[in-house]
Amino acid sequence: MTTPVQTQCEVISNKRVAAYHHITLSADKISERAKPGNFIAISVGDEKSSMLLRRSFAIYQASGRGPFGGTIEIIVAANGPGTRWLVNRTAHEKIDVVGPLGNSFGIPKEPVRALLIGGGYGSAALFSLGDALRQRNCRVEMIVGAATADKIFAPVEGKRSVHSLSIFTEDGSMGTQGRVTDPIESLLDNTDIIYACGPMGMLQAISKIAATKGIPCQSAVEESMACGIGICMTCVLPVIGDDGQTRMVRSCTEGPIFEGSKVRWDAIGTVPPGTYGGPK
Amino acid sequence: MSTHKIDQSAKFGSVTFPFPIFTASGCAANGKELSQFFNLSDIGAVVTKSVMNNPRSGRATPRMAETASGMLNAIGLQGPGIDSFLENDLPWLYEQGARTIVSIAGESIEEFAALARKVRQAPGVSAIEVNISCPNVENRGLVFACDPVSARNVIEAVKRSIGNTLPIIAKLSPDVTDISIIAREVQAAGADAVAMINTLLGMVIDTKKMRPVLANKTGGLSGPAIRPVAVRAIYQVHAALPHLPILGMGGVMSGEDAFELILAGASGVSVGTASFNDPSAAPRIQNELAALIEQRGFNSVAEAVGYAHRD
Repeated sequence: MTTPVQTQCEVISNKRVAAYHHITLSADKISERAKPGNFIAISVGDEKSSMLLRRSFAIYQASGRGPFGGTIEIIVAANGPGTRWLVNRTAHEKIDVVGPLGNSFGIPKEPVRALLIGGGYGSAALFSLGDALRQRNCRVEMIVGAATADKIFAPVEGKRSVHSLSIFTEDGSMGTQGRVTDPIESLLDNTDIIYACGPMGMLQAISKIAATKGIPCQSAVEESMACGIGICMTCVLPVIGDDGQTRMVRSCTEGPIFEGSKVRWDAIGTVPPGTYGGPK
Repeated sequence: MSTHKIDQSAKFGSVTFPFPIFTASGCAANGKELSQFFNLSDIGAVVTKSVMNNPRSGRATPRMAETASGMLNAIGLQGPGIDSFLENDLPWLYEQGARTIVSIAGESIEEFAALARKVRQAPGVSAIEVNISCPNVENRGLVFACDPVSARNVIEAVKRSIGNTLPIIAKLSPDVTDISIIAREVQAAGADAVAMINTLLGMVIDTKKMRPVLANKTGGLSGPAIRPVAVRAIYQVHAALPHLPILGMGGVMSGEDAFELILAGASGVSVGTASFNDPSAAPRIQNELAALIEQRGFNSVAEAVGYAHRD
């Protein structure tokens, strides 16, 4: 894990993309350290804000040297008062950012066949991963899904990061009607590794399918966090360690990326029996 | 690192800390994470997360809910257990040059005494915080700090267990009718200082799901929303027991907030929830506080303690 920094970042641009906002921030120190899968934690509201807790966002792109120096880009869904504040920031405003945080996707040394699956804005974390995998000569297929077309995040420039991109919507308003999990089984024979980012239910379903063929499935979870840096202990979930022991682990520091077969998906929201230090 | 002229030291029992700002137990884990943002030795001390005898998974999620100017938490004292803590976390803190106040939590008087004995034998501990006020225990009847006799019994047992080897700081709950009664009991039982306030018990209900948000249903409320409660409680205890040092806490976000607690009677101030918002909050607040105290014409932090009580 790289050491995070806390820095005031200038908003360079804030654009609407489908139902989301695509925000670009100047962030030299964060961009030079960021790896695919890392996230940032943003303080929301002004100095006297009544919203104390940082909001965490997967890094969509981190660029080293451009016209604005190092930048990071995030995709924000304005689902609550904190994110609504954030999507109303305009160019030149400064926001307080901590990052890069969390672990990053493991990238195989061999040129493997990778399947990237994103649910809703969860796909944002996967495009820079696609670039990294392609640099290793991996075959990169991506599936993006959402309930409706406006919740699909699949920008035109993102298509350069992958060899193929297919889209699924539950209402059929874009791409194929159905869920991202529908085509996976048929793709497993041509897949060496799965990377997934999206809602817990989707991650659980994908992990289950991957497990039937013993295919590794790196799953980026989204648990609600208060701090993002590992001190509040609120973003825990039950994960099986290398020793076979289930522990309540922090998704901000030990995650957000976990091997899908190690996460006790059914038990999220509980402390399953046998958990290390669990109730007797 | 300090460029301020005033004497910033803060005295708790037999120990004098060079700086008046501390972390708050449960809001700094055991220091490693925050050390990425500042030198732990630059503040008064790190108060570690309350540790129990055995490893503890903590509670189910959701463990947290944001509220207006605050948050509820119900972590349930997740932690490694005292043996692992003493073997791994404490030596690491010592290597960093951090002064450490070890916070302990027990389910019984015997557990508190046993924990204190283990902490006493470990090198590199400046003081011991006895957390008798965690709101997230299974049985509300077990919040020792809500009952004068229970509070007294725990502190007496700890005192018997460690004598005068380390200052004993009893952490008190504001969820009582008269907090000065509890403070008087723990002082009589041998506490060298009190830490206050722990969180207030609260609840948030999700109006869409029409159920409590937290898996535990209730949780401890912290953040600026509770600061006036902290100021009041500290003021009351300082008025009743002017010689009992108080480690004040409750929603401190700025140097000015810390100063308010000091004026009420706190000898030092812990920064808790603010660190979630700003990982560099503790050293920032310490600098702001020193500048403010200097500006008000005091020569030391100690001079300002309880200053709001003057006629």
